[in-house]
Amino acid sequence: MSSHERLKEFLREMLLIRRFEEKVEERFRAGELPGFLHVAIGQEAVAVGVCRALEDGDVIASTHRAHGHTIAKGTHPNEVMAELYGKVEGCSHGYGGSMHLYDVERGNLGANAVVGGGLPAIVGAALAFQMRKEPRVAVAFFGDGATNIGTFHEALNLAQLWKVPVVFVCENNHYAESTPARQHLPIEDLTKRAEAFEMIAPKVDGQDVEAVFETTKKAVKHAREGKGPVFLLAETYRLTGHYIGDPQVYRPREEVRELRQNQDPLQKAREKLELSDEEWEELDAEATKLAEASVEFAKQGTDPKPEDALKNVYA
Amino acid sequence: MPELTYREALRDAMSEAMRRDEDVFIMGEDIAEMGGSMGVTQGMLDEFGPERVRNTPISEMAIVGSGVGAAIMGMRPIVEIMYQDFTTLAMEQLVSQAAKHRYMSGGQVKVPLTVRTQGGAGWSPGAQHAQQLEAWFVHVPGLKVVFPSTPEDVRGLLWSSIYEDNPVIFFEHRTLYGIKGEVPDQIEPIELGKARIHREGEDVTVVATGRLVHEALKPAEQAEGEGISVEVWDPRTLQPLDEEGLIASVKKTNRCVVAHEAVVRMGWGAEVAALVQEQAFDYLDAPVERVGAKFTPIPFAPVMESFVIPHDDDVLAAVKRTMGKQ
Repeated sequence: MSSHERLKEFLREMLLIRRFEEKVEERFRAGELPGFLHVAIGQEAVAVGVCRALEDGDVIASTHRAHGHTIAKGTHPNEVMAELYGKVEGCSHGYGGSMHLYDVERGNLGANAVVGGGLPAIVGAALAFQMRKEPRVAVAFFGDGATNIGTFHEALNLAQLWKVPVVFVCENNHYAESTPARQHLPIEDLTKRAEAFEMIAPKVDGQDVEAVFETTKKAVKHAREGKGPVFLLAETYRLTGHYIGDPQVYRPREEVRELRQNQDPLQKAREKLELSDEEWEELDAEATKLAEASVEFAKQGTDPKPEDALKNVYA
Repeated sequence: MPELTYREALRDAMSEAMRRDEDVFIMGEDIAEMGGSMGVTQGMLDEFGPERVRNTPISEMAIVGSGVGAAIMGMRPIVEIMYQDFTTLAMEQLVSQAAKHRYMSGGQVKVPLTVRTQGGAGWSPGAQHAQQLEAWFVHVPGLKVVFPSTPEDVRGLLWSSIYEDNPVIFFEHRTLYGIKGEVPDQIEPIELGKARIHREGEDVTVVATGRLVHEALKPAEQAEGEGISVEVWDPRTLQPLDEEGLIASVKKTNRCVVAHEAVVRMGWGAEVAALVQEQAFDYLDAPVERVGAKFTPIPFAPVMESFVIPHDDDVLAAVKRTMGKQ
């Protein structure tokens, strides 16, 4: 595949995630989706760039902002949307919801709604690979906010100590929910936190999907070869609120407007590809169709029986 | 039948599982060269090597959490939390990770993790090394909770916990490590959720856990001399609980005392009392009595510690109260 074709594939997937999440926003506002939801609009290049650099058998742990990671790891949007509607056909069969998307067959060990909560388990998954001499890699997604929590430090420490094959992907979107970095981080350069464990810590422009892909490829290779874990810092931007409906009183409107203009990973890919309007619209129509179809699929899904709630408590 | 200490019985179960099964390994603080702060894993490093007997940093969240991840990927990790007081450091990993992954995934994953931990007062370890926190864990759907009181039970139940496909919190009592008891030649698995009747009786059922099993057996003899026939009923597993066995025993004796070392208030015994009144109310000839620690942290000075935690005479007094004999 030429690099042009590859980038087009990346864009196709990012567009799918974008249109899917816009659909999620729309259906949530229409009152069709229970609970509360977090979209990752603006962060698609990290999900796609990282997951495309993985191989079958590699595993991920996601976060409360999980739709993009899950789709990028190979779960069909129908199954993700069905989960958001609480249907049996959902990827967690209605037990999880938006913040707990699982697809173990495709290597998604689960999205975690406790910030930093999934990091230790990813170290453990990698430990299992190491002990069994399986050439597999475990990847944890988390945000800048998670670098302040104890599990982050304990997990990085243990991973580096035991040189297990983990790639820690920090999506630095500069906000911990509503709190800007200047109010929750005493340092600017988050790679220093990993370097404190003598972990290698490449930085990448998280809005450039090709750069994310290339950097992740190297990180994954390093981990897979048994050289130890990697902390990959992706500078990215959340072009929407923390949750759907977030009025974002904590940041100026101009900031969001400017980010949307200059930091949209989809537009960046489009420009790089020099796509004509027709080509763009063709890709867009395809993604929109899939997103719409996922809603139809979900709406026609099966409601769990109330008493199904009593299943799956124990194996 | 060979005789083992409670400590040796634990080691025997882990070592035998590790000999048979490459997926079983142990990790925790000071468990390798030192053999664990209670000496349970002594010698295991020599037999199994540092890959499978892993000393960890003092990082309870990472110890439990990495156990969860390895378990999800099909290993059967046994992690040791040195004192159950320190499980509080890993509470999120135990309660919101280990206990929830299977459920949140709609049944896609299993978490065959065993978390061994120990505690208990009676040797002046003070307020942060002596708590009995089992009530915190039996309250969490998704966890199984085991608390054996004899060498035979601790071996058979640890074996079953290792091969259990759900996360198990396995409580050991600090003061029981040295007790000796006969065990079968070969390890015999003991099903989780099945009680043991240590002593049959007709008049009062004493439901006792851990150290209090032994504190109940002594006064049971004394009560016998006073014409009171005491049944000592040890659930061995707190979650799941052998409810059928409990209710059958109480229906036979018509009286119930529940005794544990943890504080009485909001303790595991409160649930036992509730179950008994729900399922055997008409059989009861006396209110259910509870024996346990007073509602304080565990004090240091031996006289205060001894005052706070329950002993055999507390069990005897409770037994007598149910019989109307003060």
